[in-house]
Amino acid sequence: MSRFVLRRLLQSAVVLLGVTLVVFLLLQLVPGDPVRVALGTRFDPQTYEALRTRAGLDRPLVAQYFSYVGRAVTGDLGVSFRSGQPVTRIVLERLPATLSLALTAVLIAVLVAFPLGVLAAVRSGSALDHAARVFSQFGVSVPDFWMGIMGILLFAGVLGWLPPSGYVPLTEDPAGWLAHVLLPAATVGLVTASILTRFIRSSVLEVLSADYVRTAEAKGLRTRVVVLRHVLRNALIPVITVVAVQLASLLGGVIVVEVLFAWPGIGRLTYDAVQARDYPVLQGAVLLVAALFLLMNLLVDILYARLDPRITAR
Amino acid sequence: MSAARDSQARRALSALRHDPPAVAGAVVLLALVVVGTAGRWLAPAGVNDVDVDQMLHPPSWAHPFGTDELGRDVLSRVLVAARVSLEVGVVSVGIALLVGAGIGLVAGYYRGWVDNVLMRGMDVLFAFPVLLLAVAIVAVLGPGLLTAMIAIGVVYTPIFARVTRAGVLSVREQVFVRAAVSIGASDLRIIRRHVLPNIAAPLIVQTSLSLAFAILSEAALSFLGLGIQPPAPAWGRMLFDGRGFVTEAWWLGFFPGAAIFLTVLAFNLVGDALRDVLDPRQLTLGEASRSTT
Repeated sequence: MSRFVLRRLLQSAVVLLGVTLVVFLLLQLVPGDPVRVALGTRFDPQTYEALRTRAGLDRPLVAQYFSYVGRAVTGDLGVSFRSGQPVTRIVLERLPATLSLALTAVLIAVLVAFPLGVLAAVRSGSALDHAARVFSQFGVSVPDFWMGIMGILLFAGVLGWLPPSGYVPLTEDPAGWLAHVLLPAATVGLVTASILTRFIRSSVLEVLSADYVRTAEAKGLRTRVVVLRHVLRNALIPVITVVAVQLASLLGGVIVVEVLFAWPGIGRLTYDAVQARDYPVLQGAVLLVAALFLLMNLLVDILYARLDPRITAR
Repeated sequence: MSAARDSQARRALSALRHDPPAVAGAVVLLALVVVGTAGRWLAPAGVNDVDVDQMLHPPSWAHPFGTDELGRDVLSRVLVAARVSLEVGVVSVGIALLVGAGIGLVAGYYRGWVDNVLMRGMDVLFAFPVLLLAVAIVAVLGPGLLTAMIAIGVVYTPIFARVTRAGVLSVREQVFVRAAVSIGASDLRIIRRHVLPNIAAPLIVQTSLSLAFAILSEAALSFLGLGIQPPAPAWGRMLFDGRGFVTEAWWLGFFPGAAIFLTVLAFNLVGDALRDVLDPRQLTLGEASRSTT
């Protein structure tokens, strides 16, 4: 087990180094001088030189990269070309909003997908199974931002039950936060639920055809007991991976949904940084998200290995 | 070998014909190709014909999908925008297929350090949520149709590399490949004659599923203003422009979104059916990796 963890840690470290290279190279791909492009009409020689020096752009490329990695390791992701504020602080300030949206969305997804996927598999071929399959197909095909727009139209426009957009911090006003988070979280959560439903259904179906399930049924155990005691335990192990991967990608910022609902998370920050050509903020947000994504995947693999010892043996 | 492939293709076509959702998907795709090709002629009005007297008119006989905030005919814009979605989908998946399959072939066939270096590179690209990486690439290269195609192509490359590599690893252990090696066939010949034909099925399936996700990604990029630039119509951009009027003009949000949904659904239905016939064991990598936008 510890060898497995060590190997995965090393692999993740190598990939993370690669991620820093990609993020670093993004700035080099900007046609022309990125600082000049970012400053636009606000250009003045003093600010220009100060930002170039601060970003290390006056040094050779290799030195720039090593300096970038060295600073990133200590949590210094540079300063914003626009506000002059530290990028790390700007990005971390947006994390709670994204975190609250992502967790609520995953909660909605699990609450919908778990019963639907399990029942669809247990009653395979029934009307419920067909409905679950239609729901899955709908979810993987529908653009979430379209669903969001339709949600705004119905729940904010026609019914007037929920606000169309905006954000209230959970710590300040829990009821206000809930009212604002429901539409964006349901938008993202239902798409995630459709993906999960399909995985849960196929995972449960696979376990249902296993020999030990047949044995349990042959012993005369009731279906409910077989499902709860034997099927779910084994079927849900691979599902954990999918839930965690979905959560990781949601933590990465649901850009379009955050833009649509004016939700001030990492996705919205990325969008604003693109609009303002604030490349250090864009780099910082992308790097943080990719690092979080890697960390989540690493944790999932370790958890998965603990739940299923066969993994470490491979 | 060729007879076996012909029979596999015939089997696939026959199975697809007996799968009603796949037939429906194929019909929608056919209609989409017609609209994408002839949309400009089918459109009842010019896509940029501004008419201030017709602003935000609801659907009517004169304008079946209504008019937008500049009085432009929404139906005409939806029809013409089909071309953009199809173009971006096909070109970007084409890029991902060529580059990804190339990388996967080399990695799987030669293994060793080449495999390690190439696949760790793919792991790095996999570490980014799909849309975030696409946005970052378009942001630095500048918004536009070509950069959107490149960005989407880049983010879907690792999926093709992994699918191809997995196929190659299993095929290269087969007796017929070992026999070809033992009679001195060149690597290129073995890859072309023996490996590629045997990994075609999962690649076809992945291509059809990736087209759906590429079209969704293009719509998301357009929604963020990073795809084709105005005044050219794109479904995602139309949704973005219409979002401010959503409560008073529902048709601005409904019709372009429905067009994206139908297109993606059609590709998914055909892709799923192809997977069931050609490669039932394949993991739905596209689904697993579909990060919510």
